Amino acid sequence: MSSPSETTGPSGVIHDIGYRPYSGSRLGEGAVAWSFFITGLRNCFGLGRSGRSKILPMALLALMLLPALILVGVLVQARNILDLDEHIVPYSIYPITTQLLISVFVAAQAPALISRDLRFRTITLYLARPGRRTTYVLVRLASLTVATFVLIAAPLLLLYVGGLLADLPLGRETERFLAAVVGALLLAGCLSGLAALVSALTIRRGLAVAAVIVVLLVTYTVVSTIQGIALDTGNETVGEIAGLFSPYTLVDGVQVYLFDSPEATPTPPVGNAMGAIYLATTAVTIVGAVGGMLLRYRKVTA
Amino acid sequence: MGVIETVALTKKYPRVTALDQLDVNVGGGVTGLVGANGAGKSTLIKILLGLTDATSGSARVLDHDVTTDGAAIRALVGYMPEHDCLPADVSASDLVVHMGQMSGLPYAAARERASDVLRHVGLAEERYRPIGGYSTGMKQRAKLAQALVHDPRLVLLDEPTNGLDPSSRDDMLALVRRIGTEFGIAVLVTSHLLGELERISDHVVVLDTGRLLRSQATTDFMHATGLLLVEVQGPSDADQRLGQALVEAGLRATPSGRLIEVEVKDEGTYDVVRDLAVDLGLGLVRMQEGHHRIEDVFREGGAGSVQPV
Repeated sequence: MSSPSETTGPSGVIHDIGYRPYSGSRLGEGAVAWSFFITGLRNCFGLGRSGRSKILPMALLALMLLPALILVGVLVQARNILDLDEHIVPYSIYPITTQLLISVFVAAQAPALISRDLRFRTITLYLARPGRRTTYVLVRLASLTVATFVLIAAPLLLLYVGGLLADLPLGRETERFLAAVVGALLLAGCLSGLAALVSALTIRRGLAVAAVIVVLLVTYTVVSTIQGIALDTGNETVGEIAGLFSPYTLVDGVQVYLFDSPEATPTPPVGNAMGAIYLATTAVTIVGAVGGMLLRYRKVTA
Repeated sequence: MGVIETVALTKKYPRVTALDQLDVNVGGGVTGLVGANGAGKSTLIKILLGLTDATSGSARVLDHDVTTDGAAIRALVGYMPEHDCLPADVSASDLVVHMGQMSGLPYAAARERASDVLRHVGLAEERYRPIGGYSTGMKQRAKLAQALVHDPRLVLLDEPTNGLDPSSRDDMLALVRRIGTEFGIAVLVTSHLLGELERISDHVVVLDTGRLLRSQATTDFMHATGLLLVEVQGPSDADQRLGQALVEAGLRATPSGRLIEVEVKDEGTYDVVRDLAVDLGLGLVRMQEGHHRIEDVFREGGAGSVQPV
């Protein structure tokens, strides 16, 4: 990244060649938005930022992949001994098993991407350029969502490839994998939307990290506790409704409803009505977060 | 060609009128925008960028209307904000490249331009370090670089010398002057320090509580006053002796510090001063035309809160 390019000729003398105007091409709105998106995506994994900020996202990505790698290893090596004909942990359950890692990633990267521009007022530099406010908000959300999606879907891809290497049936695995990818995208959308909104409202980065952690981890813990009690006491409906209040249980329910995936929660939605409510809640969460972000940034002054 | 034209531009906040029926015309070269804090300088810049809407009146920048054509203006204009706006965890190099891309430059071109402008603003090897560790002077340079990276036709520099020590201030002013002359980019630079703008501007616009106090070429501000400043060397009371002799010769002479201000009656006045100095055996060090300084405008205009340098 950092090779000084001003030296010319073998003597190494820096010549002052004066100011050179730029007469080359200038990109349109779409191309600018795309490069903004790519930069945001890279920044989420610490690329193009200081060395220190690469540690956490890369470590989390490695930790996300590690269990999948072990599971694939076991599957490939011991398939016959253990008499396995499918994955030990299904695709759809993998994200909820690793939800702590995902939450930490989102909680660390959403403020880095969103709060940073507000806190340092870098937003002014963006607003003083041709791009629109709306584009800024949507692209930032897209970068965060895709980064989160990559984190969630990378181990799923590893499981899928590993499963094929272990001679699991191609058609069935592809179907299940694609269903889980849709689930990963919805989960990434919900998590990023909520985390971005919290970060945009909490301008201080440290505070934003804590707030996102609280929102994601506490809701999940409370929801799974209620679901456990509901199952024990036979009030499954209470558990099903509780499942709406954490992104993880919500998206898991959607996967159960849409793709008949194996459930990861004690009380998945039963029946079409409850399934539709899960689906609608997911849509409301994502659309609401995007709307909230747009509203929030309307008030940001340069 | 008019770079900036405003007609009856007014901006009212709930409690304050920031700009009041402002008519300003700015051409090429370096234009200084002077005014006390709260005179409406930053508000004017934000309206020109299309970041804030005016309450009434109209403004055109590079032949684009600010209310309908904001994006086109922002593509042609570079903006250096008054406040801190740099993220701490990226290097100046990466930031300027990124900002170039945000203005529509392709990546390779953005890299080349970023390297160029960072050299012009004088950020050397430190451009590769995170901005968090920069001094105020380095941060101001980085802010300026990001305003220049897309080769704008006009740059709006809001208090570029804020927080700089005297020598960095001189560097920054020289750089602003170069942008307006060598680089061929029109510059609108604000400051509450008059002396600074006196040195670098071709034209000065003076704002006072949102109203236009004066707008004219810098040379007009400093037109000759008809006074001759004389400095002599000799015994400790040399200036008094010469002053006395001048008065006796029928000229109006008043002491001004260690100098003597002599009213020029005609061409002969210069000879009289020279001859008297010779007669008294004093060394004539300097004879200089007296000029107005921009700050005199404020004395005349009655804006009390402006601090001269």
